[in-house]
Amino acid sequence: MAKRIDVKDLDIYYGDFKAVEGVSLTVEPRSVTAFIGPSGCGKSTVLRTLNRMHEVIPGGRVDGTISLDDQDLYASSMDPVAVRRTVGMVFQRPNPFPTMSIRDNVAAGLKLNGVKNKKQLDEVVEKSLKGANLWNEVKDRLDKPGAGLSGGQQQRLCIARAIAVDPQVLLMDEPCSALDPISTLAIEDLINELKSKYTVVIVTHNMQQAARVSDQTAFFNLKATGQPGRLVEVDDTQKIFSNPTEQATEDYISGRFG
Amino acid sequence: MSTLTTVDDATAPQTRVDGSFGGKSSGRAFKDQLARVVMWTAFFVALIPLVWILAATFVKGGRMLLDIDWWTVSQSGITARREGGGAVHAIQGTLIQAGVTALISVPIGVLTAVYLVEYGRGRLAKAVSFMVDILTGIPSIVAGLFIYALWVTTFNFQRVGFAVCLALTMLMIPTVVRSTEEMLKLVPNELREASYALGVPKWKTIMKVVVPTAFSGIVTGILLGLARVMGETAPLIILGPYTPVIATNLFDGLMPTLPTMIYQNYPESLQPSVDRTWGAALTLILIIFILNLLGRFIGRFSKVRS
Repeated sequence: MAKRIDVKDLDIYYGDFKAVEGVSLTVEPRSVTAFIGPSGCGKSTVLRTLNRMHEVIPGGRVDGTISLDDQDLYASSMDPVAVRRTVGMVFQRPNPFPTMSIRDNVAAGLKLNGVKNKKQLDEVVEKSLKGANLWNEVKDRLDKPGAGLSGGQQQRLCIARAIAVDPQVLLMDEPCSALDPISTLAIEDLINELKSKYTVVIVTHNMQQAARVSDQTAFFNLKATGQPGRLVEVDDTQKIFSNPTEQATEDYISGRFG
Repeated sequence: MSTLTTVDDATAPQTRVDGSFGGKSSGRAFKDQLARVVMWTAFFVALIPLVWILAATFVKGGRMLLDIDWWTVSQSGITARREGGGAVHAIQGTLIQAGVTALISVPIGVLTAVYLVEYGRGRLAKAVSFMVDILTGIPSIVAGLFIYALWVTTFNFQRVGFAVCLALTMLMIPTVVRSTEEMLKLVPNELREASYALGVPKWKTIMKVVVPTAFSGIVTGILLGLARVMGETAPLIILGPYTPVIATNLFDGLMPTLPTMIYQNYPESLQPSVDRTWGAALTLILIIFILNLLGRFIGRFSKVRS
């Protein structure tokens, strides 16, 4: 199921503005990789190139290659819509569709892509909600609006919605930054479980969180003010947090900077 | 403490020597009172003409609407001197023309708004947006004259109900575009991104996520635009003069409407005509009022749930 991501010499532009420069890294299947770094250093931008979501912003484009198990995501024959079906995404703020019930929110990806079989949809809804540790909380009110849940529940609903389309990779852009500690813990537990099936990449500002949930950590930083962001160092989380190679990484992690 | 009292204003709270604060500033209280009085006065002044019009129309036209004939028969064969007859021909005409106008304007207006908000980039979008702005500012009589020049002078067609609809369409499209645009802009971008991230193509995202989220607002805007167009008179005078008989064919003959019925009857000094003027005015107000209520009702009965 899960696939390996290979990023090679990635430069990211918005129009003429070079936002990120020279990123190369590999994400192993069934592992969690955390992107850390100060605000504005391009972690989210890199994350969004992994499912071509940066193209939604006018002028967004990349140089370099990103491949998923040797399949080039940016090949000219590749449809961005197909990429996004394979690489799912969870956003910073929970964003359930306000017009839809809990059930319809989870089924949205399938329904909007033409699946009509009600039995199949019901199965997927149950499986995905269980996968997102939300089933027990909402099973009696699947027809209630998704926007009526608490923030933490909404975020798990969004994770259920993302895994309902059966992606190979799950991207998470600061999924806990709008949540309280209890809900954060629930999401972190969930990430640990998701790892057994999916390749997970998570952007976080919380270094404890990166240390807790990830196998591999990538530290991003700006070269200098006004310069593009770059990948400073990527290594096993253990190593990054105990004995990083780069001085900049150590400064950031120990709080002497940023 | 001293940093808090940097406001260079006689009305700022005075900090006393011992650092305590409090006490009312009479200057500020006076300004507050003054502003209050001015606001309430403005409110009542604005209310006077509104209440006056409604009251006068009800008092003078209410009697006409109580007669069952008003809602069932036309003015066919009834002269200005005689009492009686109804307004059903004009009511029908107004509703038919408004309906057809909406039928043409709504798809064009909504799709234009979708283009401007979801797709429009660069020069074409700017040009379209600019054109809509210009259309919004076109006086209704100019719209009427334009269709007259096209329909009657150029094509040599007769003046029929449909020509009126075309002129009203020109007035309705820009209002539909603008109101729909505002509603679509209110849909958070996160919802679009959430949909794209599920591998949903753009057109389907717009159809199934964006438009449903903005639906109630769009409908409210359309109904308010329709209510405005219904009261439009200038193009009707040019393109659809009054006739006292029932006419339901948009492509054959003149079609009477409530505004033209008012326009026809008001110059007469005879009491039956005066009554008809007020009656038609009240009927028009009622129809537009009902449309407004409907717009609000649909706005409340929204698909967005929380």
